Amino acid sequence: MAKVPVQFTLNGSEKAEFIDSGTTLLHALRDKIGDTSPKGGCHQGTCGACSVIVDGELRLSCLTLAETCNGAVIRTTAGLAEGGVLHPLQRAFLDAFATQCGFCTPGMIMAAKVLLDRTPSPSREEVVEALSGNICRCTGYEPIIQAVLSAARSNSQNVA
Amino acid sequence: MALALQTFPTVKDANAALQAAGTRYLGGGTLVVRAANQGDVSVSSLVRATEPSLSAITVSGGKVRLGASVTMAAIARHPELAWLAPAARAVGGPAIRNMASVGGNLFAPAPYGDFAVALLALDASVAAEDGEVPIETFLAGRDASRSIVTSVTFALPRQESFRFLKVSRIKPKGISVLSIAALLERADDGTITSARIGLGCMADRPMRARAAEKALLGCRLTRGEIAPALAVANEGIAPITDPVASAWYRAEVLPVHLGRLLLA
Repeated sequence: MAKVPVQFTLNGSEKAEFIDSGTTLLHALRDKIGDTSPKGGCHQGTCGACSVIVDGELRLSCLTLAETCNGAVIRTTAGLAEGGVLHPLQRAFLDAFATQCGFCTPGMIMAAKVLLDRTPSPSREEVVEALSGNICRCTGYEPIIQAVLSAARSNSQNVA
Repeated sequence: MALALQTFPTVKDANAALQAAGTRYLGGGTLVVRAANQGDVSVSSLVRATEPSLSAITVSGGKVRLGASVTMAAIARHPELAWLAPAARAVGGPAIRNMASVGGNLFAPAPYGDFAVALLALDASVAAEDGEVPIETFLAGRDASRSIVTSVTFALPRQESFRFLKVSRIKPKGISVLSIAALLERADDGTITSARIGLGCMADRPMRARAAEKALLGCRLTRGEIAPALAVANEGIAPITDPVASAWYRAEVLPVHLGRLLLA
C-alpha cells in the first residue's frame, strides 16, 4: 500500500505524517499521532464516539479519510484543557455525573462544543438535537443534557 | 482496511479512474467508507473529484441546482431552501449531515435515502458525466451506474406545495419506518390539480405512489375526499423488513401517515 503524506493542525499543533492511503482519520489520530480521545465504537457512523471537529464542523472520524483533511484544523477532546484546567464542558460533565463508562464522553463533548460555539445559550431541545448523533448506553442521557446546559450557563456567567 | 484514494481536480478525470474494477466514488463517506469498514471487499479503491461546482447551490430563475457534493447541513441552513430543510434534517445526526451528500443519498438503500424521496416528489433531473435523466430513470438504473453524478436540478415549488414527513421510532434522530414527500398543486378553491408523491422504505429505493396521486386529482384536502387515495396508497409497494419494522407494519401504517401528511 502506497504511503501518502497528510498534514493538518491538531489542537493547535502542526502534524505531518505518512499514512497508508485510505486510512481513516480515526486511525490516523489514534494509531499514528497518539491522540486516543476519539473512540472507535461502531465504525459505521452510528454511535458518534469518534466525533471530532474539522474546520469548525462536527464530523465522524471513522468515516472520514485522513487524506481528505489535508490543511484542515482539527479539534479533539484531548486538546480542550488548557494549562491543566479542564474546559467548562469537561468540568460540567464531571459535576453532573454525565460520565459513567466514559466511552461516549469525548464524542458527546465535541458535539456539545460545536453547539455552544454557535449557540452559547441553547434551549434543551437544541441540546437534544445537537447530541442526537451520539449514543450513550450508561447515563440515560439526562445527566449529559444537564451538563451541557450547565456549561452554557457557566459560560454566560463568565461572559457577563 | 486497504483502500487507495485518488483525488482529481475534475469530474472527467475522476470518472475515467472510476471505470477500474473495485473502484467506488467517495462522496461524504457515509456509505462507501462505512461499507469498507464493514468488510466489503468489493471496494478496493476510491476516487473523488474536487471540482467547485460539485459543492455549489444555485437558486435562480425558478430553478434549484444542488451540486452532488452539497451536504445535508448546507441545504438545511440555506436561506432560500427553508422549505426543503425538513428533508435534509431527516438524514442522520449533525455529524452525518455535515458529511452526507446529495449525490450519495441517491444511492442510499432503504431504510436510508430520505432526501432522495424528496427529490423524487420534486421531479428532479439527475445530471451525470454521461448526461441528464429524470430521477425515476436514474433510481431504476442506479445499480449499474458507472458515471459520476454531478448535480440534481428541480423547479422551485410554489409556497406550501411541498410537504415532507419522516416516521421513526427514536426522536429526534432515528432510522426511517417510512418517509413521504408530496408535491401538491392546488386551484384557488383548494382542489388538487397535480400530485406527485414519493415514498421511502416502501421498496429497496424511493418509489412513487402513483395510484394515490391519481386518486387525489380533483379532491380537496379533507378527510372524506382523500379517503379513496389512502385506500390505494399501498398499490405497488414492496416494503423492506429490517430491525426497525417489518414489511407488514410498514404497509399497515403507510395510509395513516399519508393521511396525516395530507391533512397537516
